[in-house]
Amino acid sequence: MGLTKRGRWLLSLTAVLALGSVLGFMTLNVHSDWAFIVQYRGTRLLAMLLVALSMGLATVVFQTITHNRILTPSLMGFDVLYVLVHTLALLLWGTEFGKGWPLESRFILEVTVMVSIALLLFRWLFNGSVRGLHMLILLGMVGGLLFRELADLSARVFNPSEFSIQQGSSVANFNRVNLQLLWVGLAAAVFCSGLLFHLRRQLDVLSLGRDVAINLGVPYRKAVTLLMLVIGALLSISTALVGPMLFFGLLVANLAYWITGSHQHRWTLPASVLAAIVCLIGGQVLFEHLLSTRLPLAMVIELCGGVLFIALLLRGVKQ
Amino acid sequence: MIETQGVSKAYHDRLVVNDVSINISKGGLTSIIGPNGAGKSTLLSMISRLTPMTAGSVQVDGLDITRTPGPELAKRLAILRQHNESILRLTVRDLVAFGRFPHSGGRLTEADQQHIDEAIHYLGLEAYQQRYLDELSGGQRQRAYVAMVMCQDTEYVLLDEPLNNIDMHHAVGMMQLLRRAADEKGKTVVVVLHDINFASCYSDQIIAMRAGQVAYQGTPEQIIRGEVLSDIYQLPMQVHELAGQRICVYFR
Amino acid sequence: MAVTSSTQVQPRIVLWLLGLVVLVVVLALVSLNVGASRMNLLHLFTQPDDRITQLLFVSRWPRTLALILAGASLAVAGLLLQMMARNRLVEPSMVGTVDAAALGVLLCAIVAPSMALWLKFSVVSLFAVMGTVLFLSVLKRIPLRSALIVPLLGLVLAGVIAAASGLLAHQFELSQALRSWNSGDFSAILRGRYELLWVAAGITGLAMLLADRFTVLGMGKDFATNVGVNYPALLALGVLLVSMIIASVVVIAGALPFIGLIVPNLVRLLTGDNVRRAIPVVALAGSALMLAADLLGRVLIHPYEIPSATLLAIAGSLVFILILVRGRRQWA
Repeated sequence: MGLTKRGRWLLSLTAVLALGSVLGFMTLNVHSDWAFIVQYRGTRLLAMLLVALSMGLATVVFQTITHNRILTPSLMGFDVLYVLVHTLALLLWGTEFGKGWPLESRFILEVTVMVSIALLLFRWLFNGSVRGLHMLILLGMVGGLLFRELADLSARVFNPSEFSIQQGSSVANFNRVNLQLLWVGLAAAVFCSGLLFHLRRQLDVLSLGRDVAINLGVPYRKAVTLLMLVIGALLSISTALVGPMLFFGLLVANLAYWITGSHQHRWTLPASVLAAIVCLIGGQVLFEHLLSTRLPLAMVIELCGGVLFIALLLRGVKQ
Repeated sequence: MIETQGVSKAYHDRLVVNDVSINISKGGLTSIIGPNGAGKSTLLSMISRLTPMTAGSVQVDGLDITRTPGPELAKRLAILRQHNESILRLTVRDLVAFGRFPHSGGRLTEADQQHIDEAIHYLGLEAYQQRYLDELSGGQRQRAYVAMVMCQDTEYVLLDEPLNNIDMHHAVGMMQLLRRAADEKGKTVVVVLHDINFASCYSDQIIAMRAGQVAYQGTPEQIIRGEVLSDIYQLPMQVHELAGQRICVYFR
Repeated sequence: MAVTSSTQVQPRIVLWLLGLVVLVVVLALVSLNVGASRMNLLHLFTQPDDRITQLLFVSRWPRTLALILAGASLAVAGLLLQMMARNRLVEPSMVGTVDAAALGVLLCAIVAPSMALWLKFSVVSLFAVMGTVLFLSVLKRIPLRSALIVPLLGLVLAGVIAAASGLLAHQFELSQALRSWNSGDFSAILRGRYELLWVAAGITGLAMLLADRFTVLGMGKDFATNVGVNYPALLALGVLLVSMIIASVVVIAGALPFIGLIVPNLVRLLTGDNVRRAIPVVALAGSALMLAADLLGRVLIHPYEIPSATLLAIAGSLVFILILVRGRRQWA
């Protein structure tokens, strides 16, 4: 049950590309002293690696527990949900009660709230009362729109004079990484990925569907709840670092399936992370150093992801 | 032995299964029959903990299914439902191998490989074992799933309408296979069947349901009778003995 | 489609129409009264003060009028689009029409920032037409097994067009401007800056005249051909009308989402799918909704303003989710 020859080839190629991207990111066009470069680029690199890790893993696992390859947590509006929670939480941090909290505890509290809401939404959407893939995606997308506009509204209402500064946080940007949360994000992401790798065989069984998974002895409800918590946490990390991305997860998850041609999570999980690294960091190297364009990578990735989504949708409808 | 005590299932305020208490003893093939909407499939999926019960309890070999750990139960009881669509591109062998998950947690040992070979052989799938599921016909895919359930190597095997959507040739093959599993391997097979004549020809025990309750339970000789079946299906039915088999006629 | 005899429904519809007229008038009067500087309409007659009169005629009156015209046209555009797509879950901002129009505005700003208004309107209309045609032609290629695929596809198409605009805007440092076009409001409306909306109003009038034909359009190509309507021509006209309405509103105020979804769906509960019966109610209700959204935006965090687009998007997505959840068995 290993990989085919083609799968091994493509996976190795992706790994080499990912490594090359990381090296290129650190070494190309170095004009100042190394200590500064390591400090400046190193932190940005780490942040982008975390985003790649979180988005890749969260999307693949979400698609496993929902048994489809179009739906992603971002499409269900979960990352804008984090933005909404964050915007509302800013209100709390402005009060006397919130002032003394260190940044990390604020982040953890926000993630907890976001994950709980996401879990409730997930329960409601996937307990069988909502049927049909298209219904789910549509509810998710419109829900995402609602969260985004609510975040926008609350930002305006609670802080009308500083609104324009806030506005930036609703679009992903890789040049403006929120470095303050890097270390707590790193710890959480490492923990989550370790957990997922530990559960990789259970994930394989879960992808066969609920009935088969229960038949094979997987404690379904517990497992899915745990996985949703992990997905919510990973998504919060990524969104807190760079902002929401609607189609990035879809892109890298489908790349991972294509690269490995396998259903086994011990291959698809790392492949999704590697593909995400190539897209994010390789793309950044390409744009910044090789093409020296100022095109925002996030937008280009979103555009590609959107086109891929339409293609998948049309293919699914035609079958 | 499978024991249910006062098992009920309500959706909103509609009772689909109403206070069912039955015993299914070890060994042999038991069929559950009844008209559409009688609650057959719901009962089967409650027994196999796929659907939570509204009331009542189910015990398998004295183990309460709601309290027994999943893997523990998965080594005793296997369930296969009707629709097993998967988005995955799996080969038949990959699928069958999943049957070993309760035993090995996904890390296949030599002994597991033997079980897989045996299950594939048992279902006559050797020629297809490296083919992808989506390339197979409905009957072949159904057999692949049954092979997975067999590979699980459980005392109890529960199947929900295994003959649905497969042609007559494969349907007969499937019933013979289940019969052999009961006779040769000593498994306890429970099937929900739509076709009462299959139930008549292959079962040791028949449970007949109507409107969420068990109307009759007994051997084919006791259940496959004109007056009993007419009562269950609310339709005039005659039973004829043909070549030693009790065949039910109700077409006109 | 429920065919109710007109004698039964007419009196109820007339009552609704009257009620809506009163509502629009009341909202309009309130709208004239509310703003950064307090003023009382009565002053106009008791103390014809120069400053206040001027404010009224230069700013308040145009704004209120623009709201009424834009609201009515957007609601009618939504209704027409729903007939053309034969799906009640779409509206121009959800299928790419509005985003294509915004792309047109962006291109105008890049190529010739001081372009004449009529020329700009033509360019933007052209883009809106292209966006709509793109959506309808993709729609024609897929088997419509689920009603939900239509809005889904529309949303993603709109998103892709918006992403392309975003890239372009970033390249020419117009991101901020694009963002303001995408979130429409009426705070910058003054005399001489809104008259294009009369075009939209004229088109709305035309749509009312052609109402019966658009009902037929909603029954599909076979039906339309059977009753002797030139389906392709009517479809092309519908695309043009919707696109021109959207173009004028986007040029003047920016994108205003969801009016075309909320209003026709609510009105349909009252009148059924007969366009002729629905269209006046839709227009009036659209005006009322637009006035209400603008008013709320002005008073909520006074003296600041919240763009109507934000409030409309919140209300609209809530209504949309409600429609989906309530009809979930029907759609799936």
